[in-house]
Amino acid sequence: MKTTALDAVHRALGATMTDFAGWDMPLRYGSEREEHLAVRERAGLFDLSHMGEITLTGPAAAAALDAALVGNLSALKPGRARYTMICNEAGGILDDLIVYRLADQEFMVVANASNAQTVLDALRERAAGFDAEVRDDRDDCALLAVQGPRAEEIVAPLASDPEAVRALKYYAGLPAEVAGFPVLLARTGYTGEDGFELFVRPEHAEALWAALRAAGEPFGIAPCGLSCRDTLRLEAGMPLYGHELTAALTPFDAGLGRVVKFEKTANEGRFTGREALEKAAEQPPARTLVGLVAEGRRVPRAGFAVVDPADGAVLGEVTSGAPSPTLGKPLAIAYVDAGRAVPGTVLAVDIRGSREPHEVVALPFYKREK
Amino acid sequence: MSNPENLRYSKEHEWLTLAAAGEQATIGITAHAADALGDVVFVQLPEVGAKVAAGEACGELESTKSVSDLYSPASGTVAEVNQAVVDDPALVNSGPFEDGWLFKVTLDQGTDEIADLLTAAQYSELTAD
Repeated sequence: MKTTALDAVHRALGATMTDFAGWDMPLRYGSEREEHLAVRERAGLFDLSHMGEITLTGPAAAAALDAALVGNLSALKPGRARYTMICNEAGGILDDLIVYRLADQEFMVVANASNAQTVLDALRERAAGFDAEVRDDRDDCALLAVQGPRAEEIVAPLASDPEAVRALKYYAGLPAEVAGFPVLLARTGYTGEDGFELFVRPEHAEALWAALRAAGEPFGIAPCGLSCRDTLRLEAGMPLYGHELTAALTPFDAGLGRVVKFEKTANEGRFTGREALEKAAEQPPARTLVGLVAEGRRVPRAGFAVVDPADGAVLGEVTSGAPSPTLGKPLAIAYVDAGRAVPGTVLAVDIRGSREPHEVVALPFYKREK
Repeated sequence: MSNPENLRYSKEHEWLTLAAAGEQATIGITAHAADALGDVVFVQLPEVGAKVAAGEACGELESTKSVSDLYSPASGTVAEVNQAVVDDPALVNSGPFEDGWLFKVTLDQGTDEIADLLTAAQYSELTAD
């Protein structure tokens, strides 16, 4: 199994480790509920070094990405980031991505660990005819995240230019020096809170982690594992590849058609999956992604059937579910037949043979106060 | 984490107090099991008066990541359930051998007569990494 540059740190903290897409990652250090609440109320420190960084450089880097991805990356300003997807010819989602435009001719694509090789292979193939170089930076990049309402107070004073950190907008990233180490500092995250992600060379990861922990101590920062990351993103209604997003679904199926930019002009608007996605855009999907809030205490889990409470007829399927530390109830995200997906409808989830009532709600479950 | 010497253990990670046939044994899950589950958020226990059979599922424990069956380590009749743990499942994590006990069973057979149960030393060996 692959280990991150922070492996020794996790072991010293007594983390419970888990295999995540071939990476030995911290699942939790103590109570995942406490870690979750730390992020909602104060700040959490994450090791996300399993994420896959791929860099594209060259005069045609933007055009190559426009051909390879569904987004319009030519229109992205340097210093900004975009949530986008890479699809196959059939319009199926191969991965969801964040793309940072570091400079006019330099982009960093951040892929999910489980899909990083697929994304790298596809980008290499799709960029082949372009004056652009695709570089695998996975081994040269560790990723730390500070997430939570106190994140700015923790990160800014450590930076050589604290004002630039405070001024950094959501979905923006800039090269910075934090605790003396060169990083790419981005105001992004996967928790529904304000926060930062810091891409750093692996040999600096331990010292940067220590500096962030020390600076976060007065604010109550907690080391946080992947378990709470999953419940945080679930509450925030954010999709997870392999659950809400799969190669069998298009961005339109997932209610994320807005990431598909048919209006882009590079390469005469051509991009992989365009024809299939144009058709998908015309047809309302049979099932839509909704939130479910349990009325009871049993927890709906991924793969459980959503059924009609009256007759048990299958109406959909849970893609993610967990007890919510913030709301104090079990929550789920599910694909449900469009006709039954209206918020306020009471449906049931088949939880190990019993029909447990759940109310349909619009996503997200949780939105932070600005 | 140490497993109390005065208890017996099942391979399904439950513990019970020593008792003779016809007496009540208190049952819970071990610290090892609680730690593996993570934060327990919901406990479903058998009803008082229900018959439980050794090694058979009689309830469930929901944690953040998963749901697990609860097994009774011995056969008998449920005499009492821990309402405090139903109201506050976090007790399973904070005190699995103490406040986090789950239910009491009037045993059909004494714990010394049940061949599959382990001593603390044997259970510690089973759960050693």
